[in-house]
Amino acid sequence: MSKTAIAMSVNGQKVEALAEPRMLLIHFLRETLDLTGPHIGCDTGHCGACTVDLDGQSVKSCMVFAVQAEGAEVTTIEGVTQPDGSLHAIQEAFREHHGLQCGYCTPGMITRAYRLLQENPNPSEAEIRYGISGNLCRCTGYQNIVKSIQAAAASLTSVSEAAE
Amino acid sequence: MIPASFDYHRPASLADAVQLLSQLGEEARVVAGGHSLIPMMKLRMAVPEHLIDLRAIAELKGICMDDERISIGAMTTQTEIIGSAALAEACPILRETAEQIADPQIRNLGTIGGNVANGDPGNDMPALMQTLDAQFQVRGPGGERQIAARDFYEAAFFTALGEDEILVAIHIPKPAAGHGYAYEKQKRKIGDYATAAVAVTLSMDGGRCTAASIGLTNLADTPLYAEAAAAALVGTDLDAAALDAAAAAAEAVTEPVSDGRGPSRFRSKLAGVLLRRAVRSAQARAAQAHTA
Repeated sequence: MSKTAIAMSVNGQKVEALAEPRMLLIHFLRETLDLTGPHIGCDTGHCGACTVDLDGQSVKSCMVFAVQAEGAEVTTIEGVTQPDGSLHAIQEAFREHHGLQCGYCTPGMITRAYRLLQENPNPSEAEIRYGISGNLCRCTGYQNIVKSIQAAAASLTSVSEAAE
Repeated sequence: MIPASFDYHRPASLADAVQLLSQLGEEARVVAGGHSLIPMMKLRMAVPEHLIDLRAIAELKGICMDDERISIGAMTTQTEIIGSAALAEACPILRETAEQIADPQIRNLGTIGGNVANGDPGNDMPALMQTLDAQFQVRGPGGERQIAARDFYEAAFFTALGEDEILVAIHIPKPAAGHGYAYEKQKRKIGDYATAAVAVTLSMDGGRCTAASIGLTNLADTPLYAEAAAAALVGTDLDAAALDAAAAAAEAVTEPVSDGRGPSRFRSKLAGVLLRRAVRSAQARAAQAHTA
């Protein structure tokens, strides 16, 4: 089957590559661009391990064809990390508050939390739980993930207040 | 899971999309948010040779309303429905229902048009559209027509939508000011379809129910417009006897399958339980609207 040229912006970089229309965005990211941060968990749209940011919204990249992201801006967990390689406040908070055990869900969980805190910088516990309800974790029982996101929200809010 | 090969099309206008669909014939499928079709393609239960992506068609997007009706473009996402203050004011049951669909990532791409047009009995919007007496505006090569939501669903995944037609917009008569509403859904977990769900809208005047409409989700191979259940409420003060009669009438029209969500009789019974909760909640909200 013929491949088409697909161009998009991934983590702020313009990328262009050939792909069959049937190639899923998660495979394009992991196999063509070598961005293996987003994971493939269930492959059925339930678990959220493949969550990335697509034009400013969280999506499950196993449920989108790469060709559908033509012209889009995509952010993966690799793009959440600061350009100098230091951790984002959400990543710091997950480390500090033991927001992961095996780590499989973590890239999707943090990429989702990254968008959630932009949509709602000061969420209640219930809003956090509702906001990450598309991301499954089989280790933590979510308790420390919620704590991590609360801590990240507090630290990001204090940084933005200091900036004002 | 890798879908079979297909050619991808992204028309920029509705006219182009309609033309492509009739030109490519039955091997072509339109895709809206893709959250029903793409999983089916991964399982190879759907094997379209051509995929016509509607995402670039601006005229299929957006929400507008006048004094009499609400119009929602087919490509409007569930997240956009939840985020619309105008909708929450005029017809809040739309937000209450959308908030109970799947999860945030799915709602960001999943559209109201895909949800109603796919014909999946598990989807939540079809029964709500029947409750609200919505009209579906569809366009094919011969022009446009309107189909009532109450006439649209024929069987699981079979609808009145022609193979060469595309759903353009949904038109909903504006519910009466001060109406009460509730969408009560039981599901096993986030991301699962309803074990059963009930949509209710009603109007009250001096403690008396003057109008009611009821729809049922995932309790048959189509959504159900529970006309007799609603009729059992109208003219009463929503006393226990009226609720018993409405619940019995609703249960009587259900024909749920037995599956992992529970045996058929349980799910029918649940329809009655959820109907009682939905009516009580709608009644309380109508009372609130009157005192406000």
